[in-house]
Amino acid sequence: MFTTQNYVVASSLDEAYELNQKPKSTVLGGCGWLKMGRRMMSTAIDLSKLGLDQITEQDEYFALGAMVTLRQIETHPGLAAYFGDCIAECVRHIVGVQFRNCATIGGSIWGRFGFSDPLTLFLSLGAEVVLHKAGVVALADFVNMPYDRDILVEVRLPKRGQKAAYVTHRASATDFPVLAVAVCRTADQTVCAVGARPQRAALVVREDGEAVQAFADRCADTLTFSSNLRGSAEYRAHLCRVLVRRAALAIEED
Amino acid sequence: MKISYTLNGQKVTDEVNPAQPLTEYLRSRGCYSVKRGCETANCGLCTVLVDGRPVLSCSTLTARIDGKVVETMEGLQSEAAEIGTYLADEGAEQCGFCSPGLIMNIIGMTRELKNPTEDDIRNYLAGNLCRCTGYVSQLRAIRKYLAEKEEA
Repeated sequence: MFTTQNYVVASSLDEAYELNQKPKSTVLGGCGWLKMGRRMMSTAIDLSKLGLDQITEQDEYFALGAMVTLRQIETHPGLAAYFGDCIAECVRHIVGVQFRNCATIGGSIWGRFGFSDPLTLFLSLGAEVVLHKAGVVALADFVNMPYDRDILVEVRLPKRGQKAAYVTHRASATDFPVLAVAVCRTADQTVCAVGARPQRAALVVREDGEAVQAFADRCADTLTFSSNLRGSAEYRAHLCRVLVRRAALAIEED
Repeated sequence: MKISYTLNGQKVTDEVNPAQPLTEYLRSRGCYSVKRGCETANCGLCTVLVDGRPVLSCSTLTARIDGKVVETMEGLQSEAAEIGTYLADEGAEQCGFCSPGLIMNIIGMTRELKNPTEDDIRNYLAGNLCRCTGYVSQLRAIRKYLAEKEEA
């Protein structure tokens, strides 16, 4: 469990941002991951009283406040109506309902964890993040940015008529994925995001006229994979070939 | 840090360590139904209801219950005892250590889902681990409990 000298429930984003400029300050999300470490903080910054726990639908996008829980995302009727089953599918394997009532989308996306299910799907959907100082940043850029002292305020899922499928392979139910794949089609292009390689999710764009199997093979051949206790690099590359094909076919059938 | 919240129907104002896990805080207030299990957010044993939703108290900071309604099994004894009877009748508890967390999550499920299917039940309770029963007897007990609740 982490320890902290000061615990501040922020009354504004400006206050939270100022507090977070100190190197040993930490912004708290759902704390599911943070509690597993032994970090010693000077100030723990709690954003839970800033109204960031709402999902709102705008003309161009859905806005997910940083403190929205994974369970809110899983059960939100507007997200399900627009994006279909992929939203619920990307979080429903994460531990259990009780955990998903604690874990926040801000914590999951800010962490840019390799194992993150939402990061993988949201990357394929063309999501954006809103940072308090840096403003709106494409998730595709944010995913490779170094950690800094900014604060993630909101995650935006643009409404571009996406059709997406999300598939994973897990060694056991509720565990981290061995590999996670999201394939998303819009009017302009089809992209695939592959996460849990176990590095952070990365995108591959499908070429015009490229056959499904060729696309799946290219994903497996061009992305890098590594080994850990859940699987070897070779196993992950093999899974990638299978899961990309499966997800791509799923959205073609629809 | 001073917080105000409702615990099992009673309004409480207390000076707390804000970063203390809720499990420890609730036990310090005599809620011993809230068990320490894995303490890694995996087993579901420490489940309590916050504003009616099941959460892992091992992963919830005490500061986060300010202004909320918290329920533990101490405040839901008749409902918990009824579910416990179904679990016992079906041989669904052996060591029984996981039962408090499971029962709290079953109560959370009955509040959130109407007429859950078998898959709904399995998915909702996937975060409650039991190392004795293999879950079949638990599912049988839950189905019977829900069916008789529906009839009543």
